[in-house]
Amino acid sequence: MNEELIISGRENMMVDPHLHIWHWPIPLYLFLGGLAAGILFFAALFYLMGKENEYRTAVRRIPFIAPVALIVGLAALFFDLRHKAFFWQLYTAIRLESPMSWGAWTLLVITTASVIWCALHIREFFPGWDWRYRWLINLESFFNKYKKVLAWVILIYAVITGIYTGILLSAFNARPLWNTSVLGPLFLASGLSAGAASIVLGSKDKKERLLFTRIDLIILGVELFLIVHMFMGFLASTQVQIEAAELFLGGGYTMVFWIFVVFLGIILPASLDLMELRGYHIPAVIPGLLVLFGSLMFRFVFVFAGQVSRWLY
Amino acid sequence: MRYAMAVDTKKCVGCSDCVVACQTENDVPIGYCRDWVVEVMDGTYPQLEIELRSERCNHCGNAPCVRCCPTGASHIAEGGIVLVKPNKCIGCGACIASCPYDARYPHPKGYVDKCTFCIHRVREGMKPACVAVCPTKCMYFGDLDDPNSDVSIILKKRKYKTLIPEAGTKPELYFLI
Repeated sequence: MNEELIISGRENMMVDPHLHIWHWPIPLYLFLGGLAAGILFFAALFYLMGKENEYRTAVRRIPFIAPVALIVGLAALFFDLRHKAFFWQLYTAIRLESPMSWGAWTLLVITTASVIWCALHIREFFPGWDWRYRWLINLESFFNKYKKVLAWVILIYAVITGIYTGILLSAFNARPLWNTSVLGPLFLASGLSAGAASIVLGSKDKKERLLFTRIDLIILGVELFLIVHMFMGFLASTQVQIEAAELFLGGGYTMVFWIFVVFLGIILPASLDLMELRGYHIPAVIPGLLVLFGSLMFRFVFVFAGQVSRWLY
Repeated sequence: MRYAMAVDTKKCVGCSDCVVACQTENDVPIGYCRDWVVEVMDGTYPQLEIELRSERCNHCGNAPCVRCCPTGASHIAEGGIVLVKPNKCIGCGACIASCPYDARYPHPKGYVDKCTFCIHRVREGMKPACVAVCPTKCMYFGDLDDPNSDVSIILKKRKYKTLIPEAGTKPELYFLI
């Protein structure tokens, strides 16, 4: 028998009995950030491929979700800070070693770029839109002129945002469940699938829907592969990582992970996508919402389970 | 200069005086603590062995909390002591999540708080409160670069271990075994 006990009593709030410093705002933000990254990635990609008119919803309409998601996500992040009055200190330093620092700067760029992108496409929803002021009209024509550059910026920063949401967690060696480099690509894949799913949900064009159903199917496959890969890595690693994986393999998070994230969030929508592509008529709303739900649950499960995994005691 | 602390697990009786001394000295808010005592029970009755450890921040040489801090509030001060500047801290909690020893906590005022090795006392030539108050004199503090400091002498004489060195943190809190 080996038993370790803190006998002087330690009940530091949010740290004991196990870490729970990050509550619902963090996974919510990670989901919204990933979703926005996925949406903006496809918008910029299809614009740069010159398919703006062919895939109108993806390039011009769905991106309107992105700034809303990003701003709500940022608000959630702000809400989670415990020393709110000092939040501006984030923007007084660039610390490359800290994922949260360059993540904060990335968010500043991508949020601004997404707002500009939406402003350029505002006539999609309000055909008679008038910017009224001279300088706003000048600004619009400036960005229209350099729209390609803007699209490249969005494309690159969308990938960084998508990966960053995972790296933010994987940089913590103190939490063995998070400490895997697969988390970056996995969160990116999850964000891209959420982006593709929202395009399927929003598009009225059959061709566009089918294309993004196909894209979604491929990304869901990649996600599944990365999850298997992650567990293989954990189980072949040190004791603390084996114990971390066991949270999902018989431990407290087994049901919620395999049912909500893997089955309802990946396998079921992937099967429905496959049936859709084989010619069965599946209402697009079902796989779409399932993917979004799975993506959200994935963040919640990972952020909460990761805080339970530890080195000591 | 490299400040370090050594705790004699054979002399410690687990009285928690160090914890109370720290709370008093540093105005630690009620319900929180910067140091704590761990009891490890090994074996089966009647062959039991007990190890007692007074633990706190390890003032790591490779501190993950300093690395992940987005504003630079967590920093390494003189002698390798890891400190937090409250007016630079945004209370994001990244450092708390990054610490494998769970040595940090969110202060009710919003910033993150932790053991400072009582730097305000050390600057005036005194020992940290926990070391000064220990009734069994089981704690040693000093500069590792000075071969004549209490901590250097005891680490030369005795066998010791650090906590989870495999986390790559290079801890500066030693336990004499």
